Amino acid sequence: MGMLFSLVVVVALILIALFGVKVIGLQFLFGVIIPYIAVLTFIFGMLYRVLKWSRSPVPFHIPTTCGQQKSLSWIKHSKIENPAGTLGVIIRMALEIFLFRSLFRNLKSDLRDGRLVYGSDKWLWLAGLAFHVSFFTVFIRHLRFFANPVPKFLNVIDSIDGFLQVGVPHLLITGVLLLLAALYLFIRRVYIPQVRYISLPADYFPLFLIIAIASTGILMRYFTKVDIVKVKTLTMGLASLHPHIPDGIGAIFFVHLFLVSVLFTYFPFSKLVHMGGVFLSPTRNLANNSRMKRHVNPWNYPVKVHTYEEYEEEFREKMKSADIPVEKE
Amino acid sequence: MYDGGKIIPGLIIFLLIITYPFYTNIGKPVAEIKPDLKTPEIERLEVKECVEPKAFMRAEHMKLLNEWRDSAVRDGNRVYINSKGKNYQISLQKTCLRCHSNRDKFCKVCHTYAGVKPYCWNCHFAKQEGKG
Repeated sequence: MGMLFSLVVVVALILIALFGVKVIGLQFLFGVIIPYIAVLTFIFGMLYRVLKWSRSPVPFHIPTTCGQQKSLSWIKHSKIENPAGTLGVIIRMALEIFLFRSLFRNLKSDLRDGRLVYGSDKWLWLAGLAFHVSFFTVFIRHLRFFANPVPKFLNVIDSIDGFLQVGVPHLLITGVLLLLAALYLFIRRVYIPQVRYISLPADYFPLFLIIAIASTGILMRYFTKVDIVKVKTLTMGLASLHPHIPDGIGAIFFVHLFLVSVLFTYFPFSKLVHMGGVFLSPTRNLANNSRMKRHVNPWNYPVKVHTYEEYEEEFREKMKSADIPVEKE
Repeated sequence: MYDGGKIIPGLIIFLLIITYPFYTNIGKPVAEIKPDLKTPEIERLEVKECVEPKAFMRAEHMKLLNEWRDSAVRDGNRVYINSKGKNYQISLQKTCLRCHSNRDKFCKVCHTYAGVKPYCWNCHFAKQEGKG
């Protein structure tokens, strides 16, 4: 149900862009206004989300620990699995962000002889990593459309990415890898019954959207070409805030741009914000130092207390007359 | 706000990356990219036309070059019949580069602009031009 709905939405988005550009001729809307709105929504949406998270106090240190806590000197401390200080946390976070270490664990569950057993699922880790690294590289590569002259490092990335030298324009590995990894993640989601059962439109929609973005990009680069110089004239116009739409850019470019705009707009309101959220997850970015430092809850209500001394002071005479022993005569 | 000392710098880094296209380009005029078509060979032509229409060549010349390569090198076919039925010799140096002999002012103008580095000239180049 969720799958079909998401698919219909993405197909509708493609058709909207095609119809808008080819039939009505709304190049300026799809090429300038919508991308600007999308970028603004993305930036302010991300700022809003992160600043909102930053207002939540995290009074207690609640890291997920996967190893021996720092303890007595003769007990071996698991420094990365159970970091006790900033350095350990930084290493742990870096491994998490760059290598998805937590995905490299036992994530597959199965019932064997009526018992629940866990096993490793390295394909998910591999496809997830391939997907994210490719997407990041593709994103960085696209900066060539927003810089004149193109910085040297972008040329270097391009030549590394295309080192296979297949065809002209040369095949870029990350573009294909992005599409394949996204397809794998989709197939996995459908193929495993438990995963399929818990899948919602919010899971399928970004996958379909990204598959569509990668497909239109690949189509444009290798198959139904667009005039790349005109495309860059458009993007440079956007970047320098002098928007201008050159004539004769193929409709597929506007479809691609519209889908990317939708992704940018959708980003801050969806689970995709994990891009920022991964840095702010308390179960990862805190040190397990609860036994070394006292963490006081900032919103503790100032409780009015009535100590025993005060109590005795108040009732001493009555206590004495009832023969209740008192501490002070 | 909690942990502002870490979150604010993080957000600033995010903003610097995401707005990179804007702060590096605002105020700069949008460059006009015009590959130079004035070579002696083109001047001599009566009808100034390429093997295919201009719009097609602008967008798809790389695909055509690839087809030419396969046709010449793999199939030994050195004749190209264009969309108007006219015959051309399939040869980068004898057909394409004969007219477009000004690599730096023609090919490279767009390639540099778009950040593209084709490896055509690793082999095909006139001696005075050198590799590139």
